Amino acid sequence: MQIIQPHYHGIARTAQDYERMAMSGVVAVAEPAFWAGFDRLYPETFIDYFRQISEFEPTRAAQYGIRHFCWVAVNPKEAENPELSQAVLQRMPEFFDKPNVLGVGETGLHKSTRSECEIMQAQIELALEYDQLILIHTPHLGDKLHGTKRVLEILKGLPVNPDRVWIDHVEEHTLRMIKDAGYWLGFTLYPVTKCSPKRAVDMLERYGFERTLVNSSADWGPSDPFTLQECVLEFRRRGHSIQEGIEVFYNNPARFLGQNPKFDLLPIRLEAIQEEQPATAGR
Amino acid sequence: MLNPQQVVDRYFLESRCQLLEIAATLDRYDLASRENGTAGADDPRWERLYQSLEILADRGATPDRAERLLKLFSDPAL
Repeated sequence: MQIIQPHYHGIARTAQDYERMAMSGVVAVAEPAFWAGFDRLYPETFIDYFRQISEFEPTRAAQYGIRHFCWVAVNPKEAENPELSQAVLQRMPEFFDKPNVLGVGETGLHKSTRSECEIMQAQIELALEYDQLILIHTPHLGDKLHGTKRVLEILKGLPVNPDRVWIDHVEEHTLRMIKDAGYWLGFTLYPVTKCSPKRAVDMLERYGFERTLVNSSADWGPSDPFTLQECVLEFRRRGHSIQEGIEVFYNNPARFLGQNPKFDLLPIRLEAIQEEQPATAGR
Repeated sequence: MLNPQQVVDRYFLESRCQLLEIAATLDRYDLASRENGTAGADDPRWERLYQSLEILADRGATPDRAERLLKLFSDPAL
C-alpha cells in the first residue's frame, strides 16, 4: 500500500530507514524543522539546517525513490531565546521559495512559556503573510493538555484558516477540542511513552478519519519510523479495507499537504482493471 | 471495528504482559523501599500510578479510560 509519512526527521536517521521505508510503501516524506537535542547559539546554524533539509535531504531520499518535502521554523524549545528566534524568522521567507518547502513548522509550545507563545504567534503571522501552511507541535506528556489549550487560544486570536493548520501529537484528551475547532490533527506514534499504533487506530475508529494525519516522527530519540507501518497493519487487521487505509495514510496527507501546490501527489483510488481476455486459438 | 470476542482473543496476552510489567515495577519499588527506605514514597507520580490502577479496576467505567488516565497524568494548568 502506498503511504505518505507526513512527519519524519530524516537528518536524524540513516539511509537504511529510507531504503526500508521505500520497500514498505512510503513514497513521500515531509520533514519539519525541529530541536537538535541541544540549544543552538547562532541564527546561521538554523540557516544551514534549513539548507540541509531543503536542498540536501531530498537528494538522500531520491536515491530510494522517495519524494522529500520539508518545513522551516524555530522549534518551541529554542523559542526560549527570542533574539535568536527573531533573527531566524527574518531569514525564513527566503526558504518559502524553495521547491520542497511546504510551510512553517513545527512551531508550537513545549512548556507554554511567554516567550514560546510570542514566538509561536510571530511564526503564525509570518506564515499568514506569506500564505504558508502551518504545522504546530503540542507538548508531550504532562504538559500536553495545558499546552494544547494555549495553542488553541493563540490561534483563536489570529485570522487563520483552520483548513491550513495541522496540530500534531494529539492524544485522547486533546483530540476533541482540536477537531471541534476545525483544524487538522495528527497522531504521532512512538514505540514507548507516547501514542501507540493501536491507540491511534482506536481513535480513528472512534472519531473518524477526516482531517486526521498519522505519522511516526522518527527523530534522534527512541523512535521508529515503522510504527507507521505497524499502525497500517493494525488498521488492516481490524478489517478496514485497503482503500480506507489509503484514505488515512495517503490521501489525507495528500489533501492537507497538497494545499501547497508544491506537494503534487494527488489522492488516489484503488481500482480493478477489466482487461479483455485474449482470444484463445481453437485446438 | 472488532467484536468483543475478537478484542479478547487479540489483546489478552498483550494486556496480561503489560499488567505483569506494572506488577513487577511495583514489586521492584517495594523491594527497593525495604532495602533502602521509603525515600520518594510521597512522589506524586507514584500516587498517580495507583490512582490510574483504580480507574482500570472499575468494571463500570465508561470507555474513556485512556482519556481519563491522560488527564490524570497531565500537569495542572498554570
